[in-house]
Amino acid sequence: MRYETPTTTKEAATLLYKEKGQAHILAGGTDLLVRMKMGMTEPTLVVDIKHIPAMQAITKSAAGFKIGATVCGAAMTEHAALGKAWPGLVEAANLIGSDQIQGRCTMVGNLCNGSPAADSVPAMIAAGAKAIVVGKDKRRTVAVDKIVTGPGKTSLAKGEVIEAITLPARLPRSGDAYLRFTPRTEMDIAVVSAAVNLTLERGVVKTARVVLGAVAPTAVIVAKAAKAIIGTKLDDEALEKLTAACAAACNPIDDKRGTIEYRTKVAGVLAKRAAKIAYQRAGGTL
Amino acid sequence: MTGVLVSTTINGDAVQFACPTDETLLDSLRNRVGLTGAKEGCGTGDCGACSITLDGRLVCACLVLGVEANGREIGTVEGLVEDGKLHPLQEKFIEHAALQCGICTPGFLVAAKTLLEKNPKPSEEQIRYALAGNLCRCTGYDKIVRAVQAAAKEMRKK
Ligand SMILES: Cc1cc2nc3c(=O)[nH]c(=O)nc-3n(C[C@H](O)[C@H](O)[C@H](O)COP(=O)(O)OP(=O)(O)OC[C@H]3O[C@@H](n4cnc5c(N)ncnc54)[C@H](O)[C@@H]3O)c2cc1C
Ligand code: FES
Ligand code: FES
Repeated sequence: MRYETPTTTKEAATLLYKEKGQAHILAGGTDLLVRMKMGMTEPTLVVDIKHIPAMQAITKSAAGFKIGATVCGAAMTEHAALGKAWPGLVEAANLIGSDQIQGRCTMVGNLCNGSPAADSVPAMIAAGAKAIVVGKDKRRTVAVDKIVTGPGKTSLAKGEVIEAITLPARLPRSGDAYLRFTPRTEMDIAVVSAAVNLTLERGVVKTARVVLGAVAPTAVIVAKAAKAIIGTKLDDEALEKLTAACAAACNPIDDKRGTIEYRTKVAGVLAKRAAKIAYQRAGGTL
Repeated sequence: MTGVLVSTTINGDAVQFACPTDETLLDSLRNRVGLTGAKEGCGTGDCGACSITLDGRLVCACLVLGVEANGREIGTVEGLVEDGKLHPLQEKFIEHAALQCGICTPGFLVAAKTLLEKNPKPSEEQIRYALAGNLCRCTGYDKIVRAVQAAAKEMRKK
């Protein structure tokens, strides 16, 4: 196995593009090393992207936050301004594994691993996050919800690397929240999860995004659930409609950790709770 | 020597070792550097027996490649002793009988030390959350939590 430590994203993309065997990007390694250990992959090339300066920081500009692809979960939690603007997203990233995992795991690794239960993904999609994708010849910007196409599958072409995640400028009176259900409070995989991001105008929901995780092959944007709460102050009727829309959007697996019926029911409940938290964070009173 | 040469700092000392590129840092530490404090419980990030710090951050050594250590600073349980004197956490683990078989202990010590450096006065809940990545099959955790609380108190006196 060749181990490379390029210092630019383009160099990383070129190395990956040229490799004829099994090539993998190494960010925090909390998915990749487990897969290597279990014999699920035997790479001929591992490209460690942690030496690329363009991927290492969280920066804020008028356009919003930019989070480098190698920023670990613990560094996101330590960033006060990010947590103030996007508390739901930071909470979601912070739910990934233990403190040991937080010291290594990245949101981009979480995304590109392609697990339907990946915790940071619904929150990124609800936030309207975009990925800066770098190939050997060109760069493009893609909405995060267009990256994962199925369990373990992404739309990235051979050699393409995500350099950073960008979040849109935060409007006043906005809030987000992410909740997941797990049998154990720490160190467990989501059976169902829900992310809500919204902006208010005089206490009324002006824009909203509702995203569910672990209830389908990829995270799902539930446009009908967002529509149910837009124009309302989250009255009971609106929340009922949101709950029903979420249940209708579920297409979950059936396993020992949660039956289809259970996951479908809990999805609506979590979305409702997340909507209330996001609403209050945006300054609304229930 | 086979493999890639890695120059790193371990518990403040410059160390060099050579390892294959696909070897975990846990294996490098144990089999090449001779630091056997970090243990392999699971090898997949679940048990925390292999906890070390990498540039000050708590990580599982079983999920780091040995070659990744090049140019970086590692802290292991062996670094807790200073001038032949046990760290307050070690003292309190013994006093409170917070270990039985001891396999999990180095991991708990490293994780607890990282916690107390960030938060010198953690609540019981904060301790339990911070140590959620460390599994113990023997003690039932309660004595570990008490020992960390006692060590925190001791360390605040200094
Ligand atoms: C004990 C344990 C507990 C866990 N708990 C959770 C949990 O609660 N919730 C959860 O969602 N996940 C959990 N995970 C899974 C894992 O920690 C996360 O998915 C994590 O975010 C992966 O990030 P990473 O940087 O470690 O990824 P890596 O392992 O480095 O990479 C993962 C994949 O993404 C690709 N990749 C990485 N960076 C890029 C990039 N910049 N561009 C393109 N592709 C890239 C890699 O090639 C690889 O295929 C857990 C894992 C362990 C071991
Ligand atoms: S051996 Fe590393 S976490 Fe269990
Ligand atoms: S003392 Fe035996 S595993 Fe903890």
